[in-house]
Amino acid sequence: MEFIFTLLGATLRISTPILYGALGEMVVERAGILNLGIEGTMLLSAFGGFVAAQLSGSIYLGLATAIAIGILLSLLMGFLSITLGLNQHVCGLGITLLASGLALFLFRIIYGGESIPPALEESFPQLRLFSGTILEPVFSQYVFTYAAFLFVPLLAWLLYRTSFGLRLRSVGENPEAADTAGISVFRTRYVALIIGGALMGIGGAFLSLAQLGAFTHGIINGRGWVAIAIVIFGNWKPWRVLAGALLFGGLQALQLRLQAEGVQLPYEILLMLPYVLTIVAIAITGRNASYPAALLKPYRREG
Amino acid sequence: MKKLALLVCLLLLLASFGGVAAQDEPLVVFGAFATPIEEPWDGVIHAALTKAQEDGLIDYSFQDEIGYSGDMEIVLREVADDLQPAIIFGDAFGNEEAVRRVARDYPEIAFVFGSGLGPSQPNLSVFDNWIHEPAYLSGMLAGSLTESNVIGVVGGYPVPEVNRIINAFVQGATEANPDAQVLVTFLNSWFDPAAAKEAALAQIDAGADVLFAERFGVIEAAQENGLLAFGNMSDQNELAPETVVTGPVWDMEPTVDFVINQVASGAYTGLDLKDFSMMGQGGASLAPYHSFEDTLDPDLVAMVSARQQEIVDGLFRVDINEEIPAEAVVPGEATIGG
Repeated sequence: MEFIFTLLGATLRISTPILYGALGEMVVERAGILNLGIEGTMLLSAFGGFVAAQLSGSIYLGLATAIAIGILLSLLMGFLSITLGLNQHVCGLGITLLASGLALFLFRIIYGGESIPPALEESFPQLRLFSGTILEPVFSQYVFTYAAFLFVPLLAWLLYRTSFGLRLRSVGENPEAADTAGISVFRTRYVALIIGGALMGIGGAFLSLAQLGAFTHGIINGRGWVAIAIVIFGNWKPWRVLAGALLFGGLQALQLRLQAEGVQLPYEILLMLPYVLTIVAIAITGRNASYPAALLKPYRREG
Repeated sequence: MKKLALLVCLLLLLASFGGVAAQDEPLVVFGAFATPIEEPWDGVIHAALTKAQEDGLIDYSFQDEIGYSGDMEIVLREVADDLQPAIIFGDAFGNEEAVRRVARDYPEIAFVFGSGLGPSQPNLSVFDNWIHEPAYLSGMLAGSLTESNVIGVVGGYPVPEVNRIINAFVQGATEANPDAQVLVTFLNSWFDPAAAKEAALAQIDAGADVLFAERFGVIEAAQENGLLAFGNMSDQNELAPETVVTGPVWDMEPTVDFVINQVASGAYTGLDLKDFSMMGQGGASLAPYHSFEDTLDPDLVAMVSARQQEIVDGLFRVDINEEIPAEAVVPGEATIGG
């Protein structure tokens, strides 16, 4: 029984950065932009947030910096893919390469020559609810995790219950019609990128400012790419994206715990588990995938 | 006659001067690393070369993050043609064939590479992080310090270099405490501290109260739970002074110094430089205890020190076992894989 609760707790922790990334990517893609800059955006945000927190001594300033970096890189993505109308795949990958290189370069300038990764004196603490009860391992989480779960209904409300959400979805489905209806396609897409970038920034900051309180260059390690897969799995819907993030996080938590419990299975099978089952799940659900119709298409007015 | 004598003297003087000048001129040395130098493995090589540069022994430049997709050969050939260094240090893991091909084409350059394979004449020497001895000593400490009799180990990949460190640690732990059970988890990643931390938390939930952090991220989990941990590769006490007892440390200085001397004296040849990364030559050591100096049981420290002296004196050999640690595989797997 205890195993189940510690497993749930680990699931929530592991899902958190992926959920932030996936929610951010979902918002952007709903507006018609595939942001492959997510991996680099999360990395540079994690790094920038860490440096700001260390220099200023304030983890909140660190978080703000991480969000600001996420937004700035997304604005760059917007300038390239919306304003200039360049290929989204190329722009996104370019931003990931730029941000990764920049993070490594700045890391070397600031922390070069140290044999152990730099760490914060004080990182975000865990918020322990239900202390002393059997639920404690489930609800001993960082504020980021609780907040991530609040973002899911918030984004569902934003997308489906507000006029802004309607505009956002319409520029992702049929920008020509939206333009005819007087909606600014460019501005709506930029706003979507800003929201998405902020969420990606928080996801990066979770790793460097809360879960580890330290920075090393492998800190994101593909979580951005996983987030993109989760968006497809989630069919661009907030609640299903949450389910996808929890599924992936849960399997990851399970394989680490089975290894630790000394379950007699080759560890390679355990390591494969989250990825294999995610692929299977996408193969099943992906058949009904309903891509935003205008995804990947730069918008240009006719004539 | 007098003139001739003067000329001879002058020539001798010049020759000796020239000889001295040649000796004083630092050797040109290049570092070729597949990973960023922030990665601990290549970081150790880079640190030793930087130190030799500061000591005025070599004229050192490097390129890192060369990767595993063919660039290593290009970089090595360009450097060999343009810079024409006396020695190229680097790591050949993942680039073995490229390194060996280039080394064959430039026999006048000493190639000294981290490798899981053997040396090759005339000019390719190999080294590796042979830090199983201090890993064994760390295991002795861990086995004595655990109260739950469960020790957790989080490793990157089950490759020979990692396996022999973990196996030596397990050997030390079970020797000091026959009841100790060691949990081994692999991440299949060299660099994912968040996953490493989760793996360590899972081991803590499974009862582990002492952790061996082959990778970064584990120490944070131990610290958060008020447990003890052992670092790896470098002295990591600074990360968590109340948590990190000690750990195996790798130092490439003896290897670098030896190779520089060999090349400078013209005696260089392709060798397995293993011994220079072990305790006897100072290439491996146990990290300082720092604040644990005062809190560790003196009898335990004395036992470990005595064993360390036996290793340095050549009286005790730590087994080199590069099989996948038994805890991490199905029974019988070892014989299939081995």
